[in-house]
Amino acid sequence: MKILIKNGHVIDPANGIDGVTDIYIEDGIIAEIGKNDDLDGVENIQVIDAKGMIVAPGLVDMHVHLREPGQEYKEDIETGTRAAVYGGVTSVACMPNTEPVCDNETVVRYIKERAKEVGYANVFPVGAISKGLEGQYLAEIGEMVFSGAVAVTDDGKPVENSALMRRAMQYSDMFDITVISHCEDMALGEGDMNEGAVATEMGLRGISPAAEEVMAARDILVAESINCRVHIAHISTKNTVELIRQAKKRGVKVTCETCPHYFSLTDEACRGFNTNAKMNPPLRTAEDVLAIKEGLKDGTIDCIVTDHAPHHPDEKECEFGYAKNGIVGLETSLGLGIKYLVKEGYLTMSQLIEKMSKNPSEVLGIAKGTLSTGHSADVVIFDPQKAWTVDVKELHSKSKNSPFDGFELYGKPEYVLVNGKVVINSGELMK
Amino acid sequence: MKQDLLGLKDLSAQQIKNILSHAADMKKVVLSDSKKIPNLQGKTVVNLFYENSTRTRMSFELAAKYMSANAANISSSGSSVAKGETLIDTAETLDVMGTDILVMRHNMSGAPHLIAPVIKASVINAGDGMNEHPTQALLDIFTMIEHKGHIEGLKVAIIGDISHSRVVRSNIHGLTKLGAEVSLGGPATLMPKDIDKMGVKVFNNVQEAIIDADVVMGLRIQLERQKKGLFPSVREYFRFFGVDESRLRLAKPDAILMHPGPVNRGVELSTSVIDGDKSVITEQVTNGVAVRMAVMDMLINGGF
Ligand SMILES: [Zn+2]
Repeated sequence: MKILIKNGHVIDPANGIDGVTDIYIEDGIIAEIGKNDDLDGVENIQVIDAKGMIVAPGLVDMHVHLREPGQEYKEDIETGTRAAVYGGVTSVACMPNTEPVCDNETVVRYIKERAKEVGYANVFPVGAISKGLEGQYLAEIGEMVFSGAVAVTDDGKPVENSALMRRAMQYSDMFDITVISHCEDMALGEGDMNEGAVATEMGLRGISPAAEEVMAARDILVAESINCRVHIAHISTKNTVELIRQAKKRGVKVTCETCPHYFSLTDEACRGFNTNAKMNPPLRTAEDVLAIKEGLKDGTIDCIVTDHAPHHPDEKECEFGYAKNGIVGLETSLGLGIKYLVKEGYLTMSQLIEKMSKNPSEVLGIAKGTLSTGHSADVVIFDPQKAWTVDVKELHSKSKNSPFDGFELYGKPEYVLVNGKVVINSGELMK
Repeated sequence: MKQDLLGLKDLSAQQIKNILSHAADMKKVVLSDSKKIPNLQGKTVVNLFYENSTRTRMSFELAAKYMSANAANISSSGSSVAKGETLIDTAETLDVMGTDILVMRHNMSGAPHLIAPVIKASVINAGDGMNEHPTQALLDIFTMIEHKGHIEGLKVAIIGDISHSRVVRSNIHGLTKLGAEVSLGGPATLMPKDIDKMGVKVFNNVQEAIIDADVVMGLRIQLERQKKGLFPSVREYFRFFGVDESRLRLAKPDAILMHPGPVNRGVELSTSVIDGDKSVITEQVTNGVAVRMAVMDMLINGGF
């Protein structure tokens, strides 16, 4: 099978490409990048005219909850990866807080097998740091890495025991993987939404930004003391950005990620007891949003991830205090990035693509996020000027818990290729 | 279009005044020998209480009965989620049984806001979590007007656990809309961040909050807050934040003392001030029935 993507504006940050050219794909592999007009006599070729569109490496979302095994009523590997490709995401790293917990090689293998059978996108399992996510004993990290885990995290919960966190970093370093830290001081973090005027007025329990910051500071200092890597998940506050900025200056091996909701929404979105604006960490203030955007701009923040967290309507259409944390995000992340970062001038399109593909691939150590010849052809093609309106009922995830219903965004993917196969064609899923 | 009473946040100053003036008529009924008017004849009022509160429930029940309504009470402890039935399910069930007014007390902020849009009955918020308790604030304001004649320009000091109090939030909305000046006093650990942005003054020194007040209101302290470490001991709380005679003397000579009840004697207020000549605490209870009658009557017969 041969595919030629013609006349598109190709952006490949890994190779410094940012201009109009063609991409030739053969047998699922990127064979050539460059003008290619001589197709006489070439048979069985599909030509995609990408004129006026951006052609970029398929997006890599390193923080996704696919919910399988165990919570298939919220999402499963098939529906989660279907939502992913609709959003231009060709690779996802899935979090281990499943039932059973992904804390051993059997579950890692199960996820990989299921993804091979029913997945639309590449799936990279992330293993647990501790057995059962209980924060007591190290999970069998080595075996999980050997069966395909690309990182470890207890995401959803912090590792409260600092010594265990230190050992996790040391141990993971031997296997050349990164520890991803969900930073939350549980006692300070007890609450419903960000602490401040909105929570106070609504009579909801406020979560101090310090709940995130004290743990980010701890993990930075622990990593620094043993010269190991750490990746700070879903950062949301001004001071966390600053802590990481200073740590990077000192040469600490710290990377981090934020989510589209932390650069596009504030705690004002919780008004009216809107449970689709309830998440952990919580939506913060306008000042924090600005700091996140500045952190993305100056390179402090490496990656943009969704923290895609599907929940059943019964878990959201309830009292705010009882509602589950989290929102779906796979189908809105690119659009939010274009609207709030590129159009507002914080990032170039190339920098946005870099934070949504190349950088997360590097943190995970996977051969994704690039259009280099010889790599499997994961490609997203979209028109960044073309507006579309989010309708949660139309989302392809099993769950519809998004705060972005009715938002006008840009650049819905027109074509998405996974391993050289066209899975989204003119915006629709290929059967 | 049915109307609800979810909070004073949603009402205009004029709507609040309308309720208060109607409550004055209703108070005459409450104080009369024949406590029966036909205004809610044939209507059904259901009290759905997820938290125990005998006085508030009784106040609503009597208010309904004085107006000839059918009244039923449902008490449910703990969360409905734990029982497998959602709050929306429960409310819809009561709705289709013919409820005209659903009075709800719930431990979670926003619970009445969740059900109001999905049922036909009018919803009265009888206290939701730490958010609002609008009929309590209305009866507080009604009592203030009875004594002071007006709200505009009054200085109202509210003392105690501000963080967890729905009474204080409703009072802030109502009093500021009517032009009062509100001062809050209490320990920093029980003072929520940025509450000054609701248009009030904040003091950790309760004396400063009380100086020259026309109205001093104590708030109930949940004694289990001490176990969570929000204050060291009841003794120390009273010493620094309790309202006693010497602190009350800092208010205007004709000041009144209020409390939503039930009072922890010797914690929020000293026994001497509870039973003293400034105290209007028992009047508040009577006024509560009148205000709730006014609210229910207006919800069914024409709106605020
Ligand atoms: Zn997390």
